[in-house]
Amino acid sequence: MSTSTLAAKPLSKAAQPFWRDLRLGDHLFAAFVLLVAGIVFNRYHAAMDGYEQAILAGATLALIALGWFWKSVRVFFPVAGLLALGGIALYGGDLARGQSAFWLKYALASQSAAMWMCVLFFLATLVYWGGLLRRSATLEAIASGLTWAAAGAAVVWFFVRWYEGYLIGPDIGHVPVSNLYEVFILFCLITSLMYLYYEERFATRRMGAFVLLVVSAAVGFILWYTFDRQAHEIQPLIPALQSWWMKIHVPANFVGYGSFALAAMLGVAQLLVAKGWLASRLPAYETIGEVMYRAIAVGFLFFTIATILGAMWAADAWGGYWSWDPKETWALIVWLNYAAWLHVRLVKGWRGNVLAWWAVIGLLVTTFAFLGVNMFLAGLHSYGGL
Amino acid sequence: MRFAISLLVIVAVAAIIGTVLQQNQPYPDYVFEFGDFWFQPFQWLGLFDVYHASWFLLMLAFLVVSTSVCIYRHLPGILRDIRSYREHASLKSLRAMAHHQELTLQTAPAAALEQVQLWLQQRGYRYKLHAREDGQLLAAKKGSMQRLGYLLAHSAIVVICLGGLLDGNLPLKLQTELGIKQVELRNVPQSQIPPQSRLSEGNLSFRGNINLAEGTAADVIFLNAGRGYFVQELPFSIRLKQFHIEHYSTGQPKLFASDIEVMDRATGKVTAGTVKVNHPLIVNGIAIYQSSFGDGGSHLQFAVWDWHGKSAKPVELKATSQTTQSFDWQGAPLTLEFGDFRPFNIENIGAEPQPGDMAKLLQDARQVKAQKNVKNLGPSIQFKVRDGQGQAREYLNYLAPFESEGRYYLMSGVRSEVAAPFAFVRIPLDEDFKVDGFMQLRAVLSDPNAWPVVARRMADKAEHDGAISGPFRKEFEQSVGWVLQRYSEGGFAALERFLGDRVPEDKRQAVAQTYIKLLQGAVIDAWDLSRERAGEAPLAVDEKRYRFLMDSLVAVSASFDYGSGFYLQPQSFQEVKSSGFQLTRSPGKDLVYLGSVLLVLGIFCMFYIRENRIWVWVAEGRLLMALSSNRRDALTETEFDTHRLAMAGIAGPQEDSQT
Ligand code: HEM
Repeated sequence: MSTSTLAAKPLSKAAQPFWRDLRLGDHLFAAFVLLVAGIVFNRYHAAMDGYEQAILAGATLALIALGWFWKSVRVFFPVAGLLALGGIALYGGDLARGQSAFWLKYALASQSAAMWMCVLFFLATLVYWGGLLRRSATLEAIASGLTWAAAGAAVVWFFVRWYEGYLIGPDIGHVPVSNLYEVFILFCLITSLMYLYYEERFATRRMGAFVLLVVSAAVGFILWYTFDRQAHEIQPLIPALQSWWMKIHVPANFVGYGSFALAAMLGVAQLLVAKGWLASRLPAYETIGEVMYRAIAVGFLFFTIATILGAMWAADAWGGYWSWDPKETWALIVWLNYAAWLHVRLVKGWRGNVLAWWAVIGLLVTTFAFLGVNMFLAGLHSYGGL
Repeated sequence: MRFAISLLVIVAVAAIIGTVLQQNQPYPDYVFEFGDFWFQPFQWLGLFDVYHASWFLLMLAFLVVSTSVCIYRHLPGILRDIRSYREHASLKSLRAMAHHQELTLQTAPAAALEQVQLWLQQRGYRYKLHAREDGQLLAAKKGSMQRLGYLLAHSAIVVICLGGLLDGNLPLKLQTELGIKQVELRNVPQSQIPPQSRLSEGNLSFRGNINLAEGTAADVIFLNAGRGYFVQELPFSIRLKQFHIEHYSTGQPKLFASDIEVMDRATGKVTAGTVKVNHPLIVNGIAIYQSSFGDGGSHLQFAVWDWHGKSAKPVELKATSQTTQSFDWQGAPLTLEFGDFRPFNIENIGAEPQPGDMAKLLQDARQVKAQKNVKNLGPSIQFKVRDGQGQAREYLNYLAPFESEGRYYLMSGVRSEVAAPFAFVRIPLDEDFKVDGFMQLRAVLSDPNAWPVVARRMADKAEHDGAISGPFRKEFEQSVGWVLQRYSEGGFAALERFLGDRVPEDKRQAVAQTYIKLLQGAVIDAWDLSRERAGEAPLAVDEKRYRFLMDSLVAVSASFDYGSGFYLQPQSFQEVKSSGFQLTRSPGKDLVYLGSVLLVLGIFCMFYIRENRIWVWVAEGRLLMALSSNRRDALTETEFDTHRLAMAGIAGPQEDSQT
């Protein structure tokens, strides 16, 4: 990712080109990712069109860059990835084994992984609050670990589900970012990872209690959606969604949504501090504001890209890059909202409660763009319908 | 600036209207929804097409102008900044900066300057030396691109809006306002539409639709505008060869694709291609999209069966779906209005998870494979039968037999108002899966000459079994004949009506039992008779055949509520599909994409590049370092600290550090 210039840790003495800073771990990680990508490519390149191969290459480089920029990723992704591969291997090409093979049934089958993710996120939230209220660094460390584990479960879910789709039917399998259920898990994954990043950068775990609240809310929705609506069942792609655009448009969008959600929760924390509640426990007012700004900056960048990708997709699918379809329009509204937010902070130099409130309201707007539109407004874009 | 920000917010709010109020619907719908009183002002405000309303466009124009103005205002400054090093800064101004540090220099100025340059180079700064009477000033800077970012992001907004404007329907709106062009409101053949409602193929940008049946072609499309439409002429004619649709095993659609031929009007050159969702075909600058599909008027063949007459022979009827034809039924002039022909009807009879059962729920939650069970009911045709008074009933007839408990039926649904669900009549099929067996039986049941025969045969059997004898026989035959007559007048309902009117409360149950027994007996002999008449050998009645006879009784009885005297049995079809296309020409597209790239670059620069400037003034025994950054935050502090340390290192030990 590109926020490296924002690094709040002291800069290394001499600013040499970045590759001189790379350590053995970085190279091993890169090698690992390239290896996996290589295997994937020569196994499946036949099934991928040019665009998809380009996306694979892009994703590979992006992941390496992420690992170099945020060192913890160098451990996280290989571990989660290997678990996912383990699950896939256990299937051995037979979906039924998901219900019989022990490790699949209780851990690695996509739905089992999803359930673990839900549980772990709930636990993490509780423990973060425990740590916050009892001022216990240990509890916070544990909570942080739980969050990592939950994120790991989400990664396992992602790859194993992807594979399971193909087990159901060669024409049915697809990358799991195609409906509301799938993107909700994506949302949890991205939001928690972004939080973990800031937690490390700012060397404070005090904000977890708040950020994990929004993740837990999402988890609650996922559970309802699974048990009440069987939304977890893998559905084939309707023609409108059979596009490689989906593979980049949706994830980009959720980096946006994720960081906006994160920012909003920080807004809440900041407002509490302003009121003097938990003030002694939470990080400094300014620090929270700073993180909030960065989250929105990242989110805004990705949301812009996502919206543009969406327009390009629309140009392929609906016959026009812009149709003022409710979903599109609400994306614009969200975008304008945060553009204004950034203006007043960057240009007018605003700080403080107004921005915090604005970030919170921003989340409401974003949530409507994300859910409300699908639920209440008719339009071309009614794929993720409830 | 404040203006710009308020604009952003206002545009956002205005944009909401168009999302809560469905746009570009037929006007009558709005009148129905809001009533005449509100319709007028709403329409005047353009709320039914907000995003093309003049006031909305005006706001966008403001946005563009203000942004441009803003760019214009900042441009000189920014360019100056990017070029200059501000090497003329006065010591006074440097000392006035929030981040500055003054040190006593232990080493020779020249040497110190060397080191400072080296250091700043390492840190990626570009610098300029400026000798002045009071010493040397080294002005350095890094990250000027940040300033550029502002320009990129903002000019991007302008570029995108212009691109959008180019593709918008503004020119057309103006022409309509000025009366040069006129919206066509009538529903007339395309050829009769006057020039002022036609747009030449020279039209810069458009977005319209056309619906083609397989084998047909068109060289115009229709742009809908408010309550009417325009006709857009195309530089080519487009012909639909074939439309393909595929389904997944789960019943969801998998592929919509149209094989088309595009013939250039000028050159006569023909381009063939396939248009799929997500895969438009682009022919000289015009993109052709798959947007909808349907029945394009399939050729159908029916057997017309009489429900009530004596004849058991059908008449042939040919028809085309999506068309209306007049039909004379036993002297009554009727019209048949054929609607959709559907080649298949995939129904999902999915197993609902029984709630409450936790184990089951968890089990399901682990299954990613949907436990769907879908069934294809085969081809169906929907049509209305309208009588002389204009009264109509709607029917839904299936071609393929419907299986239930090992027996096969032809289904025909009927309803008298549109919203109501269809009430289905199940016509049992005979042993060679034909309707004939039932129809022959039906003919006998409704043939008065047949009743005595049936009655006699029944009586013979009864006598033979010793159930009845001598004097009772006549009575028995009479009541059989009588029951058959009643039944032929209105099925079970007729018998019930009679019971209701004539038979005292307490006796009804018993009498009804007798009637049913008689009918059930009679239908067997009626069946034998019907087979004889058809020149077929009689068959022994077994379980299966008995059920067939009972089903027949039910079907005949139901036919009295069927509402038309005949049954149209779909026999064969030749499907003709239709496909809907959207055609667009949008020259602004590339401009918009260019703007998008600028926007992303711009935002990236603005957020992730920071512009730092450093001044180091070196004189005999003195060193002054000052830093300014476009953003004042924790990072500025750390940056400053690193430089302060470095300078301290260069300047050498300080006896008492003053700041
Ligand atoms: C895309 C995200 C945007 C970002 C990050 C952004 C950022 C900025 C920044 C940093 C400035 C101050 C420039 C300076 O004073 O040096 C500015 C000013 C301004 N921006 Fe934006 N801008 C964005 C989008 C927009 C949009 C969509 C508009 C639409 C109207 C807009 C209109 C303006 C205007 C009018 C000014 C004030 C110029 C002035 O009067 O000084 N900006 N913006």
